[in-house]
Amino acid sequence: MPTVPLEYGMLLAAAVTLVGLTGVLVRRNLLLLLMSLELMLNGAAMAFIVAGAKWGQADGQVMFLFVLAVTATETGIALALMLRFHHHLRTLDADRGGQAEPPGGTKG
Amino acid sequence: MIDSATWLALAPLLPLAGFVLLALARLPRAAIAAVGAGSVALSLAAAVIAAAVYVASPLSGAVEVVLWRWMDVAGFAPAIGLRLDALSTVFILVITGVGLLIHVYSIAFMAGDEGYRRYFACMNLFIASMLLLVLADNLLLLYLGWEGVGLCSYLLIGFWYRDEANGRAARKAFIVTRFGDAAFAVGLFLLFQAAGTLDIHELLARIKELWSVGDPQAVAAGLLLLAGAVGKSAQLPLQTWLPDAMAGPTPVSALIHAATMVTAGVYLVARMNPLFDLAPAARSLVAVIGCATMLLAGLAALAQKDFKRVLAYSTISQIGYMFLALGVGAYVAGVAHFVTHALFKSALFLGAGIVIHCLHDGHDIFSMGGLRRAMPGAGWAFLLAALSLASVPPLTATFNSKDMIVDQVWRLSGGGVLWAGAILGTFLTAAYASRLFFVAFCGPLRQQPCRKPPMTMLAPFAALALLGALAGLPDLVAVFTGENFIAAFLGRSLPALGEAHAASTSALARQALLVGLALAGIGTAYVLYLRKPGLVAWAAATPLGSSVRRLAESGFAFDWLYDRLLVRPFLWLCRINRRDVIDAAFIVPTRVAEGLCAALSLLQTGRLRWYAACAAAGAIIYLAVAVLT
Repeated sequence: MPTVPLEYGMLLAAAVTLVGLTGVLVRRNLLLLLMSLELMLNGAAMAFIVAGAKWGQADGQVMFLFVLAVTATETGIALALMLRFHHHLRTLDADRGGQAEPPGGTKG
Repeated sequence: MIDSATWLALAPLLPLAGFVLLALARLPRAAIAAVGAGSVALSLAAAVIAAAVYVASPLSGAVEVVLWRWMDVAGFAPAIGLRLDALSTVFILVITGVGLLIHVYSIAFMAGDEGYRRYFACMNLFIASMLLLVLADNLLLLYLGWEGVGLCSYLLIGFWYRDEANGRAARKAFIVTRFGDAAFAVGLFLLFQAAGTLDIHELLARIKELWSVGDPQAVAAGLLLLAGAVGKSAQLPLQTWLPDAMAGPTPVSALIHAATMVTAGVYLVARMNPLFDLAPAARSLVAVIGCATMLLAGLAALAQKDFKRVLAYSTISQIGYMFLALGVGAYVAGVAHFVTHALFKSALFLGAGIVIHCLHDGHDIFSMGGLRRAMPGAGWAFLLAALSLASVPPLTATFNSKDMIVDQVWRLSGGGVLWAGAILGTFLTAAYASRLFFVAFCGPLRQQPCRKPPMTMLAPFAALALLGALAGLPDLVAVFTGENFIAAFLGRSLPALGEAHAASTSALARQALLVGLALAGIGTAYVLYLRKPGLVAWAAATPLGSSVRRLAESGFAFDWLYDRLLVRPFLWLCRINRRDVIDAAFIVPTRVAEGLCAALSLLQTGRLRWYAACAAAGAIIYLAVAVLT
């Protein structure tokens, strides 16, 4: 059975992760930030699968399932946070969020 | 059955317990007075019992008690140990006895003062520290008591701290004595280095083997200890704090600045007498300082207007007498003079307190006058105490202790300048004592007292005056029997007097001379201040007279001199060195840390994407390092 060489798979994984990282760095919208973050995680997960396929072990796919579960919970929490964020500041701009005053307190 | 050592330990512990109780518990005023005076009364009882046991014991022994070991470092193991011998017996009896009477007096004197509890707490702490000072069996413990009484003196001089001048007087007393205390501490280091112990008994035995007479180390140690004594006892050149210390309540002046603390220097020199015998130069200096102080302070006392300042200068002058006696080696005479002085001088201060109390806090003696008729009881008692100070027989209170000093100065130093000074001092003492009495108590009544002195103040005053007058009685007996039991008792722990001090023709001539000079002093004061007061006014009005009077009133301008010589240069140095030069070295690390902090805080922008970029960059660098190496 012809297989995809390890290098190709790894390069693809790295590319996906880098695309995600770039997104994290240049995007200001939290929603898009979150999506970029998912891309990075997917890149990492892909590396697991490629490595698992290469050595013929199920561990890589098990790890992928873990990553999926973590991503799901993370997304749930992040979306909830984002709702609060938007509710408070009427924006999803991450940079403005960093400079906002915490509600009810003064800036230390 | 409690043994004598326990009684001895109780003497300082009871006032200490009183202090702790007063400091911690909020008590009603009556209870404060009861605790304050009661603890001293119990302490007196304990001291009397311990002293009785000691007196009944064989001649060379001493009552000793070690409470616990203080520390034990490399062979240096000072204990909290008390030792009662003849010298400390005399001191503890005077401290607790006079202390009790003054505490009783204070109950009425301080009534109505808001700091009642603080007052008695400090007084009790003082009694405890003073007893520790004279009972300590090693010099380190003695130093603890020494600093303790200094602290209490500071606290009580500045007792009415709302008046800024009082606070300044307190600081002055503390700082000036600090010069002496620092020298004393260096002296202790020197002694410890040489002898390897600070236990007084052992130390004195060891230095006698170690050093020959006139050894430079002995002289240095003697001089350093003398500096400590000079600071505490307000002798030249560190005497300037005592007149200002009169800012405290009058009973405090009586107890601390007349009877007990200021004689700590006398105790120290007497206690360390073998050291001073090994250092003749230091001992001669003691005598010279004593003589000069006595004369200068006596002259200054003649020019004071403030009732208490007259007494303050008189105290300095009388302690000068004691130093003179110690300096010529007549330790017994010096200590005997301490006893009589403690009694009559605290009596004089209590009298001053009554006068001030009854005259709306007036201090100026020239605004008083005729008080003898307005307050007859206080007047008679004051007359008695003043006569004791002037040393007029047959009220032989000070006469004999002074006579003993003059006799010993003659015998041991071969007359000369010191002897002439001692003789002249008698005249001065009589003159200022009687001037005070004539101006304040005789003549026309200038100011009607606003209240009658309460009995609780009058009784301790009269008791002390009477005790002061009677204190010379043993000496009077000695003139007839030729055996002086005070001198014999002190001889247990001090070197005996040079020769028997008994009646002979030369002794009679000397005594006649002393009495004559004392009477001449009284007569002079009588003429100048009662018969022809115009004469003094005329003399003071001439340019020379007024400048002399101003010089003497300022205590011979020592304050002025120190202000120019020490205070101003110091302040100037502080001013130009406001940005501390030495601090510069420590500022560099601070600046570096501040710079790093500023650089690092640039990273904390609060921007999420910046943090992500940093984390990513860090991860990449880390990976690169891990992969490439």
